[in-house]
Amino acid sequence: MTEEAAPPLELRGISKSFGGVAALRDVDFVLRRGEIHGLVGENGAGKSTLMKIIAGLHGQYDGRMAIDGRPVHFRSPREALAAGIGMVHQELSVVPDLSVAENVYLGQQPTKGGIVDWRAMMDGARRHLASLGIDVDPGARMGSLAIGLQQLIELARVLFSGARIVILDEPTSALSPPEVQRLFEVLRGVRASGRSIVFISHFLDDVLAISDTVTIFRNGRLIATEAAGTIDKGWLIQRMIGRGHEELEGSYTGAIALYSKPDAPVVLDVRGLAAGRAFADVSLDVRAGEVLGIYGYMGCGLIELARTLFGKLRADAGTMSIGGKVLRPRSTAEACRAGIAFVPESRRSMLFHTEPVYKNMSISVLGRIGRLLLRPSVEKDIARRHVQSLSIRPPTVETLLGSLSGGNQQKVALAKWLTWPPKVLVLSEPTRGMDVGAKEDVVRIVKGLREQGMGVVVLSTEPETVLSLADRIVVMKKGRIVHEFAGRTVSKDQLLEAA
Amino acid sequence: MTAMRVFLRNQMRIIAPFATLIVLVAFFCLTSGSFASLDNAANILTQISVTGIIAVGLTFVILCAEIDLSVAAIANVTGIAVAYFTLQEGYVNIANVPLPGFAAIILALIGCFMLGLVNAAGITLIGIPSFIMTLAMMQIGAGISALLVRGQIAYAVPDLVSLLGAGRVAGIPCLVLVAAAFLLAGHLVLTYTRFGRYVYMVGGNREAAEYAGVNVKLVLGAVIVISAMCSGVAGMLGVAHFGSAQQNEFDGYLLDAIAAVVVGGTSLFGGRGGIGNTIIGLLILGVLNNGLDHIQIDSFLKILIRGLILLAALIINVYVQKVRESA
Repeated sequence: MTEEAAPPLELRGISKSFGGVAALRDVDFVLRRGEIHGLVGENGAGKSTLMKIIAGLHGQYDGRMAIDGRPVHFRSPREALAAGIGMVHQELSVVPDLSVAENVYLGQQPTKGGIVDWRAMMDGARRHLASLGIDVDPGARMGSLAIGLQQLIELARVLFSGARIVILDEPTSALSPPEVQRLFEVLRGVRASGRSIVFISHFLDDVLAISDTVTIFRNGRLIATEAAGTIDKGWLIQRMIGRGHEELEGSYTGAIALYSKPDAPVVLDVRGLAAGRAFADVSLDVRAGEVLGIYGYMGCGLIELARTLFGKLRADAGTMSIGGKVLRPRSTAEACRAGIAFVPESRRSMLFHTEPVYKNMSISVLGRIGRLLLRPSVEKDIARRHVQSLSIRPPTVETLLGSLSGGNQQKVALAKWLTWPPKVLVLSEPTRGMDVGAKEDVVRIVKGLREQGMGVVVLSTEPETVLSLADRIVVMKKGRIVHEFAGRTVSKDQLLEAA
Repeated sequence: MTAMRVFLRNQMRIIAPFATLIVLVAFFCLTSGSFASLDNAANILTQISVTGIIAVGLTFVILCAEIDLSVAAIANVTGIAVAYFTLQEGYVNIANVPLPGFAAIILALIGCFMLGLVNAAGITLIGIPSFIMTLAMMQIGAGISALLVRGQIAYAVPDLVSLLGAGRVAGIPCLVLVAAAFLLAGHLVLTYTRFGRYVYMVGGNREAAEYAGVNVKLVLGAVIVISAMCSGVAGMLGVAHFGSAQQNEFDGYLLDAIAAVVVGGTSLFGGRGGIGNTIIGLLILGVLNNGLDHIQIDSFLKILIRGLILLAALIINVYVQKVRESA
């Protein structure tokens, strides 16, 4: 009987804590040759920590790691890469101003007599990309390519630098369904060549579609590892959250009923709005006490539309009116005064990480608290009210924002508009990258605002988000509104089909 | 133990410069017999006053993660302008326009306000990086100064200016009192007003401030104008203090003012620091410049030592920023 070869990657009894808080407890993890291994769990469940240990980003941990049966302990990403472990992060690390070939060969250009051998590099890159089934001109400027293609090229670079184990962190979050399919094809090719892939994602459908094996984490523990063919989404969600999830489950699978409110006054009226190449001829209205969902793929103009509504981008054409008053905001301050509030998709770009929670909440209402002078006690009182009503953890207003979890940061971002509610609240990707529990909290908060009569616009590339929040849904495609769902039921399939 | 470490880490920005100051003072007290005296302390305060007034405005600018390289040039123009509008002695060969004292002062102030406004417009409306815009303004300021005095030297300034710049009240130089008043006012504005909070927030995360509905351009424009006004006042009082108005009079003050703000621990990346830091930075510079005169040292070496101290402070500044971010 032949002993089966040692697995490419094996971890035993891995534990890791940050300042006394356990992030991983006694985790055993095995990655097999030619396997795509899905990793799921809520934010903070421990999957990122484990991957960072594997990729050499966390040098300090307890437990043993072995590559092909040889014990290793990486103290830097360089060591991990040398041992054949590469990682493609959610935020790509490509160089947009260089060519595709230069990106593939980043840091290891072929040279002839000390001079870069361009021909060898172009040919090599073309061959390497073709072997992965990626059809792209190696001379093209990286930044001119679609994000999905850039991601594939980064994956190609990681493989090209010798990685036999590739960790993909949320690879499908920015991709349209055709791009996801193309990524999957490439991944299957990589698998066929005997290399192994760890696929971390919040998108359970994607995980189930591509993985051979799925591992679930919760609270720093490995809960289960199962063959993907034997399980379904409900089974995964149950193990991920370990509590009731009916509402969420409903929005994932079933159809939801939409309610329109034809008699409520229109608070936001947009006619023929256009901005550059991003979008054109966008007309929509939002009534008081209504949540309008706008759904579309990444790059369809959603992000630009949200910014234009808030005066960050200037519209080229069209009109906008708030509560009947015509407005052409030239600055965010002007939009804010007119009664529009905005929460952008990136928490980093809307919060002050080195400032306490209360300053983050008061920043947009300082003018109402005092014209000239600050009144910190009033600021803190207001912040305490929000912290309590939104159950923000930890429940203190002096905590530095940066030490809060993503979900709690998102609540702070929402809270800053709740003190004096605006007429219209524009939310871009309000639940992106959040765990299930935090998503439910956001849904609850937005529904509460709707009850108060606020008009809410939710823009998202995630159908679940739009479906779980909206009363009425419009679909955007390539910068134009192509479909509207109102007063009837709609399912995820229908949305995807329309976009 | 951990709480103490967190506290110390958070206070590094003020502790490090303060420790530097203590070390410098101790060093000069031990090595020089003439350094530690009340008279010399008053000297130091007088020597840092002009820099101090400029540094108040510059603190606002640097807190917003911008820079103003035109402070010394604007100080020079304003100082020359106030002399230009004052009746000079017969031997001064400048085609000047004598006006009553208050008019000269107001015209000079309007002048520096306008230069600040041009800076602000270039930075916020056109979108020129502040480094480049104020570099151009530095040259423009020098040009205006040159045209006004044409290589000559003016001496007379309005009475009020010469009182504030060169007079004494109860034995204390008025210049020191004015600098103290500017520093205090700057501190109060930064700490207790809405505008002050906006300055910190715009410096801390400009995009976030914009998404919170803060009028970022207005805040940036305002700090640039404040910087120009502080420089203008420093220029007028400086002319009275030195006793003359001439070309290139303030050239050393650009570097000194930036050094004072940064050595004090205000972050070059914006959002962190304040007038308290600037005061410590001013004292460090003042003690260093003054103390080096009290010990036997090659006067050419002094320049190098100043440079090295500035470098050390910059290293600490960047390091403290990293410690904070990793916290």
